[in-house]
Amino acid sequence: MNIFEKLGKLDRRWIFLLLAIVCVATLLTSFRMPVRISREVNSIYEFVDSLKTGDIIHVGIDYDPNALAELHPMAYAVMEHALQRHATIVLTTLSQNGAGMAERLMLDIIDTMKVRHNMEIKYGRDIVFLGYKPYYSIVILSMGENYRIPFPADYYNTVLDSIPMMKSIQNYDQIKAVIELGSGNIIDAWIADANARYGVKVAIGVTGVMAADYYPYLRSGQIFGLMGGMLGAAEYEQLFRKQGTASEAMRVQVSAHVVIILFIIFGNIGFFISRKKGRSAV
Amino acid sequence: MITRKTAWLIVVMMLMAVVGWAQPNPVAEEAPGVTPPAPPTAVTATDSPDDAGRSITVRWQLSPDDGGGRSTVIQYKIFRGETAEGPFVERGVALSLAKIYVDRGTEATNDPNFFPNKTDFYYKVAAVSAAGAEGMSAAAGPTQATEQWYNIGRTPTFVAVLTFTALTLYFISRARKKADLYIRPLAGIEAVDEAIGRATEMGRPILYVMGLGTAADIATIASFTILGRVAKKVAEYQTSLIVPCYDPIVMTVAQETVKTAYYDAGRPDAFKEDSVYFVTQSQFAYVAAVNGTMLRELPATNLYLGKFYAESLLLAETGALAGSIQISGTDEVAQIPFFVVACDYTLIGEELYAASAYLGREPLLMGSLKAQDYAKALIIVCALAGITASIFGWTWIVELFRVTN
Amino acid sequence: MRKEIPLFIVLVCGIFMALQFFVPHSWSQFLYRYALDWLIVIGIFALALGIWSFIKVSYDKIQRRSENWPYAIIALAGLFGMIFFGLWFMGGLESYMYRHFFSFIMIPIQATMFALLAFFIASAAYRAFRARSILATVLLLGALVVMLRFNPFLGPLGEPMAKLADWILNVPNLAAKRAIIMGIGLGMVATALKVILGIERGYMGRD
Repeated sequence: MNIFEKLGKLDRRWIFLLLAIVCVATLLTSFRMPVRISREVNSIYEFVDSLKTGDIIHVGIDYDPNALAELHPMAYAVMEHALQRHATIVLTTLSQNGAGMAERLMLDIIDTMKVRHNMEIKYGRDIVFLGYKPYYSIVILSMGENYRIPFPADYYNTVLDSIPMMKSIQNYDQIKAVIELGSGNIIDAWIADANARYGVKVAIGVTGVMAADYYPYLRSGQIFGLMGGMLGAAEYEQLFRKQGTASEAMRVQVSAHVVIILFIIFGNIGFFISRKKGRSAV
Repeated sequence: MITRKTAWLIVVMMLMAVVGWAQPNPVAEEAPGVTPPAPPTAVTATDSPDDAGRSITVRWQLSPDDGGGRSTVIQYKIFRGETAEGPFVERGVALSLAKIYVDRGTEATNDPNFFPNKTDFYYKVAAVSAAGAEGMSAAAGPTQATEQWYNIGRTPTFVAVLTFTALTLYFISRARKKADLYIRPLAGIEAVDEAIGRATEMGRPILYVMGLGTAADIATIASFTILGRVAKKVAEYQTSLIVPCYDPIVMTVAQETVKTAYYDAGRPDAFKEDSVYFVTQSQFAYVAAVNGTMLRELPATNLYLGKFYAESLLLAETGALAGSIQISGTDEVAQIPFFVVACDYTLIGEELYAASAYLGREPLLMGSLKAQDYAKALIIVCALAGITASIFGWTWIVELFRVTN
Repeated sequence: MRKEIPLFIVLVCGIFMALQFFVPHSWSQFLYRYALDWLIVIGIFALALGIWSFIKVSYDKIQRRSENWPYAIIALAGLFGMIFFGLWFMGGLESYMYRHFFSFIMIPIQATMFALLAFFIASAAYRAFRARSILATVLLLGALVVMLRFNPFLGPLGEPMAKLADWILNVPNLAAKRAIIMGIGLGMVATALKVILGIERGYMGRD
């Protein structure tokens, strides 16, 4: 059996080992990786870049900690960009494991704005976190009537009407757009309930594996932007601040892709050689 | 000492100061934003359609100063009163260039935003400048919010449901009359019998995974039917069956399904309740448990039929590692590629729903399958009609299919 | 009557929930929300049954000293430990220990399991992407193009590769997804109809 035939019948543990080595080695290097920007991510960036002082956006952190690696970089980049434009953010989570994570995210962003942009972000004036409520479909529909129906108070149990920025927000009519970051069926509910029923603009950020499913909605105009997985997050970071967690992770992803492609090629070569040998023997 | 002349001078100066203060500031008069913008025109208020009341839609034509004229309008404020004379209370704001605002409220009487139905309301719309000056329109109304019993905007969906129901009932009646209905072969379903036979020969169990759906998910309901048929065969062949469940309600239904199947096969004593058990409702903890079961029990056959998410490849690859033959089926479009790549047979989307009809060949189930096929043909005809209409600009055809609200 | 009563309940509830979608009146919305609340109640009772099943299976494993029985002890310890630390006198769901176990055990383990996907995708791709037939070759080439979509090492080939990948995602992928979604939609309606009319009775156990 020659080397290619052996490669065609490789034990999967060698694949795991080599992949792990390549991923770790990439993290230890520092080569820069340019990222091509797609139209669907660019449209979200341009929208956020066009926000003015006092514009309000709704950000939905609707994913579990499992999807944190892909979706957190998007959340950080979009919210930092929006706050830098002096927009105000209403933050919710409709994923039952997401509340603590979303709160941590908000507090980190407030610190980041202070350190990186020298901006004092005040809770209640620039950003508010409404927390988690079950039955996401009903919550999304109710917010279209009035935010106070599903969320009479925020995550910290402060009545909504006593929060300064919420005084001028009744429902989606005051929201410029919803930027929904999720990893499940909640995305479909935002599109079907918020956009189709109330006409609010929706852009989404999803895990890489789900991204291909949402191109129909992009083509039909039901969403105006789509960030898919780590790549989408890296594209946004490139547009906004040229570097970040996703951009770093993309180097690892690209290296892993190269390894997988090489294995596929060698596996096919081994497969063809074995098949040819088998035919010759016959 | 103040002379008379000085005193008169002071009085005149004070008078001039008062008169000067009373004059409008010529600089302020010409400064943009202090003069209120022109009000919006043609304000109308109508009951919002297709809802449970508690809502009135206000429409208007843009103020001439919005986008044109002095371009000073930054937003519109909407006011509501119970009489034409007022008092009017602010209900909300709309951005500049907006021509519509939907005033909504709640049904709870103790809520500050309570919106009574069947009560006359009047609306005014004010164009607002950056300086806060308002150009108020005339009052529109009276209008009442009312509840509707039928959502007209969903009529295309209603017609589609009725059409499909009629097709299903027609083909079921045809199937009852023993009409020969052809169903194309489904490789995955045909492989089930062979897979069960393989497990019996090898003396290894069969692992049946119903996925992460609840008992309300159609994929899970389809899976119950297949489970019943598989369990009956398993009971007849005296193989063992393992069914780890993600949802407790699914577990109780699955236990009942398997138990009944064993009874039907004439082997009630062979049924073990512990073979169908609850694991956890945490996605990856469930995967870890099922993977552990696969590597310990080394089942000969793995059946993944139901609703799966990110764990699909984890399950399928571990099953491949254990050397099991794998048959999968899911309606989660994103997971189908993973199953196609890692499993021996895959039922794609609706093939999972068709599996129960295919296995049993019962006329009633076969009839509904034919109805689906004809419904698909109808959809293709409608799509072609829509494309033709778009090419020739016959927008009324496209509007027939539009679903609102 | 053992079969007829559940079938009747399914018929009435199924027709109501289907018609409710088209009736916006407040009575319809109230009954819909009421039905959803009942789902929670039933779910809680079923959860109790599920937990009992899990405890019983684990206990049997320990008692019979089945293969790998110590893991059953760990599973039961995890179950009862989290319940204990989440009880009101320990501080409830906001208690330090509960949040500690959740943040530093549950979340990292879940993230680890999710991360395994990367390795499994590699081994699945290696096994499955073999050019055994024309269709398999097309699949292989399509996958390679999309994977290389934004790879910066392609040099001048990068732009055409990105355009080709975009075309694959926006045309054949989109068409296939729409077709599958439509088929699934029709299948769902058909299955729901069969359940409501009592034709599909797999969930009740066999006749």
